Amino acid sequence: MKIDISWRFVRVWQRNLAVYRTSWKINFLPPFLEPLFYLIAFGVGFSGLIGNIRYGTTQVSYVSFIAPALVAINIMNNSFFESTYGSFVRMYYQKTFEAMMATPLNAEEIITGEIVWGATKAVIGTVIMLVVISFFGLVSYPVALLIIPVSFLGGIAFGAVGMCFTALVKTIDLFNLPVFLFVTPMFLFGGTFFPLAGLPVWAQQVALILPLTHLVNVVRALNYGLFNSDVVIGIVYLAVFSLLTMPFALSRMQRRLIK
Amino acid sequence: MKMDISWRFLRVWQRNLAVYRKNWLINFLLPFFSPLFYLVAFGISFSVFIVNIRYDANQVSYISFIAPAIIAINIMNNSFFENTYGSFVRMYYQKTFDAMMSTPLNTEEIITGEIIWGATKSLISSVIMLVVISFFGVVSYPAALLIIPVAFLGGIAFGAVGMCFTSMVKIIDLFSFPVFLFITPMFLFSGTFFPLTGLPVWAQQVALFLPLTHLVNVLRALNYGLFNADVLIGICYLVVFSLITIPIALFKMKRRLIK
Amino acid sequence: MDNDQTLIKATNLKKSFGDFVAVREISFTVEKGVCFGFLGPNGAGKTSTIKMIYGASPVTAGDLFVFGLDIKTQARAIKSRIGVCQQENTLDPDLNVLQNFEIFASYFNIDKKTAQDRTMELLHFFALEQRRNSKVAELSGGMVRRLIIARALINQPELLILDEPTIGLDPQSRHQVWDKLEALKQQGLTILLTTHYMDEAASLCDELVIMDNGTILAQGSPQALISKYTGHHIIEVTEPGPDLVKYIQGKDVWQENLGHRLIIYAAEEHDLYRDLCSRFANKDCLLRSASLEDVFLILTGRELRE
Repeated sequence: MKIDISWRFVRVWQRNLAVYRTSWKINFLPPFLEPLFYLIAFGVGFSGLIGNIRYGTTQVSYVSFIAPALVAINIMNNSFFESTYGSFVRMYYQKTFEAMMATPLNAEEIITGEIVWGATKAVIGTVIMLVVISFFGLVSYPVALLIIPVSFLGGIAFGAVGMCFTALVKTIDLFNLPVFLFVTPMFLFGGTFFPLAGLPVWAQQVALILPLTHLVNVVRALNYGLFNSDVVIGIVYLAVFSLLTMPFALSRMQRRLIK
Repeated sequence: MKMDISWRFLRVWQRNLAVYRKNWLINFLLPFFSPLFYLVAFGISFSVFIVNIRYDANQVSYISFIAPAIIAINIMNNSFFENTYGSFVRMYYQKTFDAMMSTPLNTEEIITGEIIWGATKSLISSVIMLVVISFFGVVSYPAALLIIPVAFLGGIAFGAVGMCFTSMVKIIDLFSFPVFLFITPMFLFSGTFFPLTGLPVWAQQVALFLPLTHLVNVLRALNYGLFNADVLIGICYLVVFSLITIPIALFKMKRRLIK
Repeated sequence: MDNDQTLIKATNLKKSFGDFVAVREISFTVEKGVCFGFLGPNGAGKTSTIKMIYGASPVTAGDLFVFGLDIKTQARAIKSRIGVCQQENTLDPDLNVLQNFEIFASYFNIDKKTAQDRTMELLHFFALEQRRNSKVAELSGGMVRRLIIARALINQPELLILDEPTIGLDPQSRHQVWDKLEALKQQGLTILLTTHYMDEAASLCDELVIMDNGTILAQGSPQALISKYTGHHIIEVTEPGPDLVKYIQGKDVWQENLGHRLIIYAAEEHDLYRDLCSRFANKDCLLRSASLEDVFLILTGRELRE
């Protein structure tokens, strides 16, 4: 399989940015309001029910425990849904890719541009969320600033795996399967709303194979101002995950677009 | 405003059922797995952290507290998303309504058929979820069987309000607004994952204006085998809510479809 | 009603969208058994007119009677007797071909057995039986169009309405569609269509209406229109020299000077062609039959439309 990517993929990225900017208000509000709602719900509502959580060797407040998880979930959602539903609509309904392929752009550049765009949305959402969460006094600067480049890496990882699914689904409804069997379990069991220690041992081990668990670990550690083994392991995992999923996504999408 | 609805709306309902049956496997699996995941995540894992909840005059387990809420959320999601994204795609991209309008069907019948279909989806998935949840021993029969007709009523309510939004959005992306400003807050703050008493008083009062709060109240009471004031008030609320939103939906969609 | 051969009668029919008037008080009648065409450029008001006839768009002013019934009050009764083929692809992509027909038939309350029988007949007529289990996404443009027309016939309508029936189709598909429409006309079906293809209007329509800017510019059969507006033959001279131009101008003939081209209408009424050829030995002097396109351009002008 011959992969040939030039800088031209940036044009695809620019096209998506142009569209984003025309409807920026719609695109800005959700990443602003959503973490606010979840934080209030879980922070205020649950605080009556849940005491402090044990993290590492310390006790932390429940709100500070879930805030970074919300950031990680946002990274996953932004990039995964952009490279599944977003790309599929562009490819199948709007025929955007078809138009692009009649130009010097090739399939690999289109897909790379799409994945990088998904990661970009993840970064934008992360920056907004970090600002919001900072007002709750839950963020340890300056180490937490490292969350921003990590969000790009996480965005690439989830964008690439999303694109793999986009290459495979025949109709848009079939995205329900990876959403319910992959994204939702990770959303619930990735050490997000409660520590992994709350799960049976076998489940904890399964969780460690999944990307969101590692993204949450990294973001949570960085948010507490720690740069520990969790961070290193998590970053390495996400890099390897991306290196495996991207070529697969590129080659399958190339096959799908060029018949 | 002249409304003219004949039994023909059933044809629209039948069309949607025919499509649903083609993908029955996916349509069946999702309402099966989804409550399973949420119950396990919140019910089992959270229960390590949450002691029993105070409901009425009793202490109940957390898992029995959230199980009916998960069904209520499912009712809301099924009908709301079917009558927003689902109907919009049929109307705008597939031109299905255009084809129907050249036959003896009129717009009121098309929209009625769509809303009833949304409620039917809520009904089907609620039955599946009740069966699943029963295996956790958190359902009190026979009072809980009343959840089934209530699911249909809830489906009508959320479907009709969804259809109101469908009559207003110019492009499909604009659904983000009602999803993030209406659905998500209800998902978090309607006494779903924690009791309303965990919120400040003003917030509790706002919650009582929202449909999901009442649907959760009714289902939770019925699930515990109670037929109390909550149930009556909730059902009345949902009926009134439907009686207001259905005519608005019919009127506005008629204006949108016939120019 | 005028007589029981009149299927559609429109009187001072008007359609406006806010301030914009799409159809300006037009009147026309369509007789049973003819193929009636609305010809005109984009934005002429053809689709707006047709949408009023099949009840998808309310009439702003004027009267419109179909089958002797008033569209304003008896739309449902009218719709059960017509078949409509829209310009867009309105087939249901979630269903296969057979199911598309069955579900559509149910909107007319046709029972399942009858629907199935008619579906097979229609698929056979349009040479698409082998596609009955195909998904809509797998079909070519020509097949989609034939299926939409076929589907519009499921209720055995008395009137078939087609909005731009062959737009975007390749020549083979276009001719197939025309053949089928001819065959249906032979069976007694009244057909109403809109088009901006001159050849389609000329070959299919018995009666035509040429529309522009919401008004009817001309009405009649293709041959009658040609006779009246351009004559049957036209001489076209490319790059006419100034002597030729002066010569023609001195003659009492109907002409149009476009600079790089000189057009002479109703050439059959004069022995002009031989005359020009012998006098000016102009090799780019062409004698040809007039077509609807010439009529159209005379009536609607040659400038580009917005």
